[in-house]
Amino acid sequence: MFSVTFISCRKEAQPIPEEVVDTLFPAEPNAVVKGLYLVNEGNMDMNKASLDYVDFTKGQYRRNVYNQANPEVTKGLGDVGNDIGVYGSKLYVIVNNSNKVEVLNVNTGKRIQQIDITNCRYITFSNGKAYVSAYLGTIGDPNSPNGIVAQIDTGTLKEIKRIDVGRQPEEMAVVDNKLYVANSGGYTPSNYEHTVSVIDLATFTETKRIDVGINLHRLKADKYGDLYVTSRGDYGDIPSKLFVISTQTDRVKKTFDIAAGNLVISDDLAYIYSDEFNVITGQSTVSYAMLNVKDETLLTRKFITDGTDKLIKKPYGIAIHPITKDVFVTDATDYITPGVLYCFDTSGKKKWSVQTGDIPAQFAFIYK
Amino acid sequence: MRRNKKALTGLCHLSAFLTLLGSCLFMPVFLYAQTDTTATRLADSINRLKEVQIKSQKLNRRQTSSTPLQILSGADLERLNSLSVADAVRFFSGVQLKDYGGIGGLKTINVRSLGTNHTAVFYDGVQLGNAQNGQVDLGKYSLDNIEEIELYNGQKSTILQSARGFSAASSLYLKAKQPVFEKGRNNNLRAGVKTGSFGLVNPSVLWQSKLSNSLSSTVSAAYTQATGKYKFRYTNGVYDTTAIRSNGDVERMRLELGLNGNFADSSSFSAKVYIYNDEMGLPGAIISNKFDYLQRTWNRNVFVQSAYQKMVSKRYSILAAAKFAYDYNRYLNPENVSLNGILDNRFHQKELYLSLANQYQINPFWDVVLSTDYQYNTLDANLFSFAYPDRQNVLAALATRLNFNSFDIQANLLGTYVYDRVKDGTPAGTKQKLTPTVMLSWQPFSGKEFRIRSFYKHIFRMPTFNDLYYTDFRRNYIRPENTVQYDLGVTYIKAFDKLVLKQFSVQADVYYNKVKDKIVSVPANNPQRWSIENIGEVEIRGLDVNIQNIWQINPEVELTTGINYTYQDAVDVTPNETSTYKRQIPYIPVHSGSFLAGAGWRALALNYSFIYTGQRYNQKANILANYVEPWYTHDLALHYQVRSAMHKIKITAEVNNLLNQYYDVIANFPMPGRSYRFTLTYTY
Repeated sequence: MFSVTFISCRKEAQPIPEEVVDTLFPAEPNAVVKGLYLVNEGNMDMNKASLDYVDFTKGQYRRNVYNQANPEVTKGLGDVGNDIGVYGSKLYVIVNNSNKVEVLNVNTGKRIQQIDITNCRYITFSNGKAYVSAYLGTIGDPNSPNGIVAQIDTGTLKEIKRIDVGRQPEEMAVVDNKLYVANSGGYTPSNYEHTVSVIDLATFTETKRIDVGINLHRLKADKYGDLYVTSRGDYGDIPSKLFVISTQTDRVKKTFDIAAGNLVISDDLAYIYSDEFNVITGQSTVSYAMLNVKDETLLTRKFITDGTDKLIKKPYGIAIHPITKDVFVTDATDYITPGVLYCFDTSGKKKWSVQTGDIPAQFAFIYK
Repeated sequence: MRRNKKALTGLCHLSAFLTLLGSCLFMPVFLYAQTDTTATRLADSINRLKEVQIKSQKLNRRQTSSTPLQILSGADLERLNSLSVADAVRFFSGVQLKDYGGIGGLKTINVRSLGTNHTAVFYDGVQLGNAQNGQVDLGKYSLDNIEEIELYNGQKSTILQSARGFSAASSLYLKAKQPVFEKGRNNNLRAGVKTGSFGLVNPSVLWQSKLSNSLSSTVSAAYTQATGKYKFRYTNGVYDTTAIRSNGDVERMRLELGLNGNFADSSSFSAKVYIYNDEMGLPGAIISNKFDYLQRTWNRNVFVQSAYQKMVSKRYSILAAAKFAYDYNRYLNPENVSLNGILDNRFHQKELYLSLANQYQINPFWDVVLSTDYQYNTLDANLFSFAYPDRQNVLAALATRLNFNSFDIQANLLGTYVYDRVKDGTPAGTKQKLTPTVMLSWQPFSGKEFRIRSFYKHIFRMPTFNDLYYTDFRRNYIRPENTVQYDLGVTYIKAFDKLVLKQFSVQADVYYNKVKDKIVSVPANNPQRWSIENIGEVEIRGLDVNIQNIWQINPEVELTTGINYTYQDAVDVTPNETSTYKRQIPYIPVHSGSFLAGAGWRALALNYSFIYTGQRYNQKANILANYVEPWYTHDLALHYQVRSAMHKIKITAEVNNLLNQYYDVIANFPMPGRSYRFTLTYTY
């Protein structure tokens, strides 16, 4: 008798539905940049990676679009959504702890294919190929500490081949048919990596390593043939830094002694933020900076000017609207509650903000 | 809209519980009416009357304790479908067992939402420590050699105890089987084997020997092996996936040697050597596209402890204890390969503990106690830039008790002094604190049946070595986590001689707890590193109700029932956290409870148990994405016993989670569905 009463209390299992926030900002039905995907990492082991979508044509924010479009995928998008990228008509989501790349229809969010890559981290594209970095090439081999980059055919969605790079590779960029890979060496804190691997894409071989700085992470190319590479430092005595590499000489040509956790480059401007934790003081320091990449100078200008930066606890993602140059910044708050997406205009004033999934991190713009 | 719906489900759970409660309360009348005509034999009534008289005189400690006390002991404990201490504590009210599932999965106890690290676990009077992470895995303590489990909110209500006894927000006492010899016997032997689901093979032996009139020895050994495999299922109504839990294999060995002495001068002595060894797979979170794991762990625990108690004079008593413990843990993670090879961490902990408690009786109603403890802990690890911390901990408690006929008051002040050192980096240094406790027990009427009790306790927990010094992080800025508890409760016990209901007892407590400077570990922006912060504040308003009934259905059938109900409004009140302010904290259900029924008839005994845990959220935000379904399991056990003058053979068949409900206690760590266990025990 008791059990009957109780069993009625357990709900019928159903997919977690999409949530739509209407009239967030004025709709622009004919916008060239029609939308923006945002992948939320979700805390590790919580299986809470999720995909959100800003619809510029409707002025809407849609939370949790992956689950709505793909309810048949066991346990959904997965654990720790680490990167996202668009190439052609396909959207690629890297789900780190779920060891997979989800390939989705960019318009519908429907899954086309899953590509298994263990411990995958970031993705970039060139000439019909996708390149995915992964922390380890082989699991459980004590003599294989190196990571890999996998080359994937964007037509067949099959891995073609893979190449060994440095230890625990992170972001990548392609300049002049050369793939540059930031190596972190994060699994060996006593001996971090300090190089960028250079891979000739014609032969798919590693041609050299550029000595940069320890524990590298972000790597972005500007339009002048330079790479901006961030170093996390060692969280103690060695602080985070930003390096500029010339792809002409494949050497470091400039070092900015500023904390750089993440950056985005749009035309001549680089937008940088940092949330640097120091193990000695126990303090996290949040900072924002802007650079001119043409003449490689630090600007006094700020991309948040209205005081909203004081509300952002943990800046975690950044993107620039390709046309309006609006700045999108995410706040991961405390990593275990839903985050916030902020949109700022070019003068640094907040236009709107909206609640996201947990740990909003990486963006991909969608064109008409 | 959604809120309303939730309120409704909450109501539904509540009503279910009220039904349960109601049936417990009203069943006596119903049953009495039913059996009234059949129970007519005079002899039986006389027999029963005698039994009742004996029972009615016996107020147990549940009623007299000024701090809420729950006990599982003797036959109750043996009848319960339990393999480990963890399975048994689920039946206590106010308790959430954090269970990662399976035989090997970590199982820790969270009492009244204060957090796992606030419950001290004592084994034969001495605390089981873990300076590294402050957690005791109750799944590792098999019930083979346990006679009694007691859970006190606050502290044990006896005044003569070690300073450690005063030092936790709640205390779980495990008591090993004490040697008792029937007349003319010098040896007791108990050998058993358990087998069943999960590939379980678990032989155990207990041998107690009387060495002299005052001295006896105990040898207890057990071996456990299990594949740890079980079916689990996840579904969202569209996908429906059933798979086998892997990498959950367990191999454990335990050997305990004990020596007990009770001397003519009323002094007593006990000594124990405990050796434990295990190897386990670590089944990880079931996440999309990843069901299998490679991580493994090894543990070795060795401790030697001894306690001595003596009444030095009519007014002066002492209690002394000493312990040395060595713990080894190895963690292997093939998914992490560095320049040093596969991640293979080894941790070594050592603990030295000395305690002396003195009780002096000033006059027949007034006692004072001074307890002092010294504890020394070290932690070594093969981690890069490891701190190699050690910690000296001095505890001194001054306690007093005034005991009148109908009124008992206890108060104590505990002084804690902690001094940390590290070989590398900055230590947390010195921390000292004075914390008070006041406890009352009052019998307002002339009858002994009804008592009122109350306690106030302020206590804190030190950050653990992991909190402060894990890997190359130095977190000397972490402050102790503070808790304040207020409790007000009543206990009532009534024996009846003409009813089918022979005894009815109830304990009910309301409480308010506040946790400040909660030590919270949050993932940092590198998955390898977690940061620890003192960021949480939690307020808990709760109600615990325990009801125990004994029924004599007919002269040969005695039925005992127990119901536990817990209500907890445990909300996050961390300032400036607008999205989570006043929301229920993770993994704490508003409603939870259990129901137990055990009946014996001749050589047969049947036990039924039911556990209910209401809906919860697995993270701070109370949103749909964080919603965790309620779960409820039904367990059944049938015991059959053959006994002769000297020998006893007992066969037990258990089915757990009878209705095969698939559920998670911790998100993505699935619990087993229906499972079986068979036990054969021989006692001489």
